[in-house]
Amino acid sequence: MSITSFKVDGLNVQVDGDPQMPLLYALRDDLQMNNPKFGCGLAQCGACTVQLNGVPIRSCAVPVSAVSNQSVKTLKSLGTPEKPHPLQVAFVEEQVTQCGYCVNGWLMTAEALLRKNPKATEEELKEGLKDLKCRCGTHVSILRGIKRAQAKILAGALA
Amino acid sequence: MKNTLQSSTPLVSTEDTQPTAPSIHAAAGALSRRDWLKSSGALVVTASSTGFVGLAGMGAGFGADAQAQVGATKPALHAEELDSWIAVGADGKVTAFFGKVDLGQGLVVALAQIVADELDVDYGVVQIVQGQTDKTLNQGGASSAVGIQAGAKPLRFAAAEARRLLLEMASLKLGVDSATLVVSKGVISVKADPTKSVSYQDLIGGKFFNSKVEWNKKIGNPLEIKVKAQPKKPSEYRVVGQSIPRTDLAWRIYATGEFVSDIRIPGMLHARTVRTPMAGATIESVDALSIKDIPGARVVREKNFLAVVAEKEWDAVKASKQLKVKWRQSVEKLPTHTKVFEHIAKAPVVKREEELKKGNVDEAFKGAKRIIEAQYGWPFQSHASMGPACAIADVKADKIEIWTGSQKPHFARDGVANLLGVDPKMVTGHWVIGPGSYGRNDAGDAVMDAAMLSKLTGRVVRVQGMRHDATTWDPKAPASIHMARAALDGNGEVLGYEFTSKAFSRVSIESNEADPHDSLVGMEIGLPARNGVGFGVPLEAYAFQHKRYAWEVIPDLVKQASPLRTSHLRDPVGLQIHFASEQFIDELAFETQSDPIDFRLKYATSFRDQELFKALQEKSGWENKRAHILPQKGSILKGQGVAYAHRGGTMLAIVAHIEVDTRTGRIWGRKFTVAHDCGLVINPKGLRYTIENGLVQALSRTLFEEVQFDQERVTSVDWLTYPILNIKDAPESINVVLLNRPELPPTGAGEATCRVVPAAVANAFFDATGVRMRQAPLSPKHVLQALRAVEKTKPSTKA
Repeated sequence: MSITSFKVDGLNVQVDGDPQMPLLYALRDDLQMNNPKFGCGLAQCGACTVQLNGVPIRSCAVPVSAVSNQSVKTLKSLGTPEKPHPLQVAFVEEQVTQCGYCVNGWLMTAEALLRKNPKATEEELKEGLKDLKCRCGTHVSILRGIKRAQAKILAGALA
Repeated sequence: MKNTLQSSTPLVSTEDTQPTAPSIHAAAGALSRRDWLKSSGALVVTASSTGFVGLAGMGAGFGADAQAQVGATKPALHAEELDSWIAVGADGKVTAFFGKVDLGQGLVVALAQIVADELDVDYGVVQIVQGQTDKTLNQGGASSAVGIQAGAKPLRFAAAEARRLLLEMASLKLGVDSATLVVSKGVISVKADPTKSVSYQDLIGGKFFNSKVEWNKKIGNPLEIKVKAQPKKPSEYRVVGQSIPRTDLAWRIYATGEFVSDIRIPGMLHARTVRTPMAGATIESVDALSIKDIPGARVVREKNFLAVVAEKEWDAVKASKQLKVKWRQSVEKLPTHTKVFEHIAKAPVVKREEELKKGNVDEAFKGAKRIIEAQYGWPFQSHASMGPACAIADVKADKIEIWTGSQKPHFARDGVANLLGVDPKMVTGHWVIGPGSYGRNDAGDAVMDAAMLSKLTGRVVRVQGMRHDATTWDPKAPASIHMARAALDGNGEVLGYEFTSKAFSRVSIESNEADPHDSLVGMEIGLPARNGVGFGVPLEAYAFQHKRYAWEVIPDLVKQASPLRTSHLRDPVGLQIHFASEQFIDELAFETQSDPIDFRLKYATSFRDQELFKALQEKSGWENKRAHILPQKGSILKGQGVAYAHRGGTMLAIVAHIEVDTRTGRIWGRKFTVAHDCGLVINPKGLRYTIENGLVQALSRTLFEEVQFDQERVTSVDWLTYPILNIKDAPESINVVLLNRPELPPTGAGEATCRVVPAAVANAFFDATGVRMRQAPLSPKHVLQALRAVEKTKPSTKA
């Protein structure tokens, strides 16, 4: 048992327990956050994605001790209905999700992709997203949503 | 494609008054079933009459008393109570109570559109309450893509009846004949003098109609009501037919709402079930001390049902991994997935049914100049839902609550009551959406597991599976083989056609979750599996003179608690059957020197079918071809393929344009064009997306999905061993042509598209390569095998 201190969405948090416990359980069980989902526990699907210092990671496969004194960002601070991220606006406008269980992973991964490479081609987007799963088969609209957001972000940067 | 059930046994009452019991198979061991009912003290009811009957306590029969007695008290939930279907709140908002569930396809939007039109209110004031068992009637949960087709009907009638009663009330209040009144946006006014008006809100807001409707005394999908009001004509719809944007998505995208796995009940224990790695094995011994170092973790066991619980979720996970169990191996050996088609071919037949017989097929074959035959195979497939199922149960002596993402929450409630031997009235089911469910997935077991664990521990229990629980242990879609043959005359006309499926049952466990014999925990505590029997036949309208469509079901591989027990997965047996039947039609077209669309146009002659093919000819970029495969240069070969089918009144056809990489064996389903006719279109955009997403999911099943197993266990346990389509394999474009038929009632769209995808891809593969892929999935490995096999047997074929 040991205490791990880190930041989640800008807030300082402490989790007391098994340092080998995956970050996902710290977020969901200890901190009662809902946005990262348990999909596989094997870093194979992306439903649990959060960003560590701006880089998407699979929180189901990273021990909580590995994020000690670092900064974790979840979908909660990506945007809110009042102050949305362009990806969220685009996903709502394109009516992207079906069940929506996987959408956390797509948003958190796509945000990092577009931040790193705002002019990513469709091929580059697909390459960066290929390790995410969607069981409802909404891949076509996910890509539509991301490209819509990308266009908006680029237009905003030019304006 | 009907479920064929062995017989009907009455089960347990689920509603306030006597319903028709859900159709149930005879138990394999009828004695133990009776014992179970006796021991459970459950109320046994007899199946009631079919069809509409007079309203209880309304001697004069329906109609005369269908008036509102507006009151402040809501009558108890009952299908004959208008207030159980619809309400106008004190704020003027309209609530419709839906006894099915929307699993993410935007059904609630379409329902609200229908209700808004019937009531003449704005779409935005209508809300839908769904699935909650104490607030909605059992309309069968999500089932067979009939959410609109069947599920919306009572809501439409109830809304129309509410409008009629409100007009009557307004007529009294305003002192004019109701025929002189008009309604707009929930305000009733005198047509000649609009200053005289009254709103729904003023008339009944927050109160209740206390008015009866007529009920056909059925529950589930067949539940219907009749009312005195006449629903509107399609020409009067304003909201129906519009692409109202989905209002049920934002919470998912902003993570402001809850999935069932996000529900937290104070004081709940976390649980993980521990299931045998070996199919059919039983517990020899459990070493409880093997988890003694994990704080608060302990073993919970009832016969062969085994779980660990802990206060913290991670401790439960750790305990489930660490617990040492000795298993007693089963004597039943599995045939292995690579030999499953041989196994099916050799297996004895439990039941054969000839669902469609027309003319005299045997005579037609005797007179044939030429006979064409082919055999196809489809593997077991997994739901492999996006997240393993989760459920919570709070079992108390006087009251039970469950939180479930089950596709059929009312039946799940009944299942829990039956498992625990209590009256279903004691159980309240809270339906909260789970990871996308497309049939009876692992959610049906999770809720039963949670209930058993709550009973055994005396605590609120939350159980969630690990990935291997979901992929190994979810009910599977059945593996099958299909034999097709056709008799041709000298001119290449089809004289006779015979199609036979031989398969594992589609329902070794029923898709309805009311019977604990169908649940893993039920079987693990000793309830005999029912091993139900059923399959299906192709659905289309080819006007061949002589036809015989049959199915044969073989025995389950493992009788009790099998990881290969089968139940419904989206478009149950539709993909299997039409992968075969629509490839065979293509083979006939090729053998008779016909273009595949022309061939179908020749035999599918109804107006609606013809329109489908014409739409594809116009919109898909189809190249008319008569039995030739053009040699292509390079390693990427292109092909086009068509397929067509019916489902539940919906008819559709599809063209696939694919690319085959002969170096890697990868098929890219690059472009699809779907012509879709499901009668009246409620919400075009929502329908388009439902079709598009269903298509991609079916493409995944066509190209990648196959449950793997060796002689003793399922070995496809996660996303590496049970791969599904990723975004690089998604189509570049999907063009959906909606053939709207406002004069026809709406039929389902959630499943029909799935069944035409596999054959369209396989037919396109043939067009590209000249090679038939008669066994799914068309994975890179299988494609390479097929291409190499042809190279070996046909040395003249150029690579």
